[in-house]
Amino acid sequence: MTISRREFVQLMGLAGAAGMLPGSAFAAAKKPSDLYEIPKFGNLCLMHMTDCHAQLNPVYFREPSVNLGIGPARGKAPHIVGKNFLQHFDITPGSIESHAFTYLDFDNAARKYGKVGGFSHLATLVKRLRAERGDGNSILLDGGDTWQGSGTAYWTRGKDMVGACNLLGVDVMTGHWEFTYLDKEIITNIGDFKGEFVAQNVSVNEEALFDYRFPDFSGFDEDSGLAFKPYTMKSINGMRVAVIGQAFPYTPIANPQRFIPDWTFGIQDARMQSMVNQVRETEKPDLVVVISHNGMDVDLKMASRVSGIDVIFGGHTHDGVPRPVEISNKGGKTLVTNAGSNGKFLAVMDLDVRKGRLKDYRYRLVPVFSNLLEADKDMQTYIDKVRAPYKDKLEKKLAVAGETLYRRGNFNGSFDQIICDALNKINDTQISLSPGFRWGTSVLPGQDITMDHVMDQTCITYPETYRREMSGEEIKAILEDVADNLFNPDPYYQQGGDMVRLGGLDYVCEPGQTMGKRITNMTLDNGSKIEAQKKYMVSGWATVGSKSPGRPIWDVVADYLKEQGTVKVKKLNTPLLIGVKGNPGIAS
Amino acid sequence: MSLNQKRRVFLKGSLAAGTLGAAAGLLTPGAVLAAWNKNAFTSKNIDEAIAGVVGDPVTTPSKDITIKAPDIAENGAVVPVSVSTNMDGVESITLLVEKNASPLAAVFHLPKGSLPDVSTRVKMGKTSDVIAVVKANGKLFSARKGVKVTIGGCGG
Repeated sequence: MTISRREFVQLMGLAGAAGMLPGSAFAAAKKPSDLYEIPKFGNLCLMHMTDCHAQLNPVYFREPSVNLGIGPARGKAPHIVGKNFLQHFDITPGSIESHAFTYLDFDNAARKYGKVGGFSHLATLVKRLRAERGDGNSILLDGGDTWQGSGTAYWTRGKDMVGACNLLGVDVMTGHWEFTYLDKEIITNIGDFKGEFVAQNVSVNEEALFDYRFPDFSGFDEDSGLAFKPYTMKSINGMRVAVIGQAFPYTPIANPQRFIPDWTFGIQDARMQSMVNQVRETEKPDLVVVISHNGMDVDLKMASRVSGIDVIFGGHTHDGVPRPVEISNKGGKTLVTNAGSNGKFLAVMDLDVRKGRLKDYRYRLVPVFSNLLEADKDMQTYIDKVRAPYKDKLEKKLAVAGETLYRRGNFNGSFDQIICDALNKINDTQISLSPGFRWGTSVLPGQDITMDHVMDQTCITYPETYRREMSGEEIKAILEDVADNLFNPDPYYQQGGDMVRLGGLDYVCEPGQTMGKRITNMTLDNGSKIEAQKKYMVSGWATVGSKSPGRPIWDVVADYLKEQGTVKVKKLNTPLLIGVKGNPGIAS
Repeated sequence: MSLNQKRRVFLKGSLAAGTLGAAAGLLTPGAVLAAWNKNAFTSKNIDEAIAGVVGDPVTTPSKDITIKAPDIAENGAVVPVSVSTNMDGVESITLLVEKNASPLAAVFHLPKGSLPDVSTRVKMGKTSDVIAVVKANGKLFSARKGVKVTIGGCGG
């Protein structure tokens, strides 16, 4: 039986999930009009993007082969990878969606289907959906991590992205890495942003309230002490939709507090509940949604504790999850989504909302393949203009990739290893540490590594490197601390990053253990055991507490790459894992 | 008036007066507090510390006590902790940090008619439970909440 492309796509829409058809149907989808024809449903449409990390141009992005769920999270979305992922979400192996959602056959599929994301391609998709849904029937939400992650974002202090989002027409956003610029820059950027910036969980701390530096900022409310507007009301096709913001709760812990000394964060789920209650009582909304930067595990827990939210549109953990998870709570049900990263996906939720109730919905996490979506001219002109002053520097070829370079995954990716090797080599150290960020794009074998790629991997506002002695005990304490932020069975104690990356050091990790007992058998690359009292020369970057003295990490990595010619990872310092056999969150 | 605003007014007032001991940290020198319970506050043992304040280390866990504290501290040196309860006849609220070298952090003696809702900041050296002991109508109740103290960084 053959079905027309149109029927096929409609079928997918009705099922509310992807991948019900043989790969051949997708393979045949050469024209944009096929893959992106998303049937209308209900009366309003919420589009959601998150964690694009300032990737204005199309990129390659490899999904993780290790995304372990520990304790109650074991084997549940989003902690499923590879073939288990395909099975769980009924996606056909070898299909374009299999490539979009998993790491399987990454190099070949990436060559076949091309790059993902890019704001000019995203803009075309958004414009098309907006037009199809009709005037005033849709809005675009942005979960944050939008203003950071590229060289141009860093050099313009996030302003290039504010401009791009204004052009794209983002209606409401919240943040995380947005808070890694100086507070006065953040306030200015929010002022320039034409949409609304919402966060119910950021308040001005008590000391700062005495003499607050931004008393005239429109989002600040002196009575509640909230630093930003907690929610906004949107009218969509005559329906009143409340959009509440939830910024990354652990920003001043995971990132430098010194840039934002006046603001205090936290999950604040009690405040979220009272906010939802207040909104429901006073605003009489037809729908209440949250744009959240909690991370998916935290969102799933929050959805079980807070009632009255219809949908949580989630980000932070960069999980591309094709179907919302329905969580029961005492008020009914809350849908929880997570929409991937790096501009790779646009989430499209069509909702049937009547008389103040969500009756039904259709959800698709649509992969943005730049070869299948024409570039929007206005956006491309803007991007070219933004990049022009930095173009030569960014497109400078540093080396050639000898293998696939990527970061995402619970432990060292190949690009992390390059960074760690560069630190050890350039700084003449035994051990190097590099943060387990989840952003950072991928490079295919044979592809030139440019400064753009290096900035994609390293671009933060505290990039300085250090070289100093640490005892074996101190190194273990760091590893244990980060491992607990990743594997604590209670999501409220997790921070949503991956494990710290290491160069020159191997270890054994048992994620299911408790804090202090996960890391054992630390050895140097030469096999000698790390001794607790012995000192080791260590280099690293991204220090949160205070500014490190060394050069920015991107200069160190660029210098190393220039020496290499063709870059191959000599040895991946990935730990030996205990107790994860059969866990669907790791490639077998 | 919102809770935050109340607290702010309160804090301002306490700073102006400079004599309110309830917001711990505002008043550091032990000498100022006439009835400073030195033995309890310097005790290394949690049971001794509790007994030193309320006379008995044995308490009954209660769901009627709410401890508000961050799940992960933004700064271990100043962790904001609030304790409130809907119990009647509350005489005192005692706050302890289980893993601190000297666990007893604060004691609030509440005159009759006071609202049992107190806030302070505690110093936490490492991840620990925060324990609140409420003495109400001569009986002892308690609750605990975990607060993680982390090195920070490396978040994605």
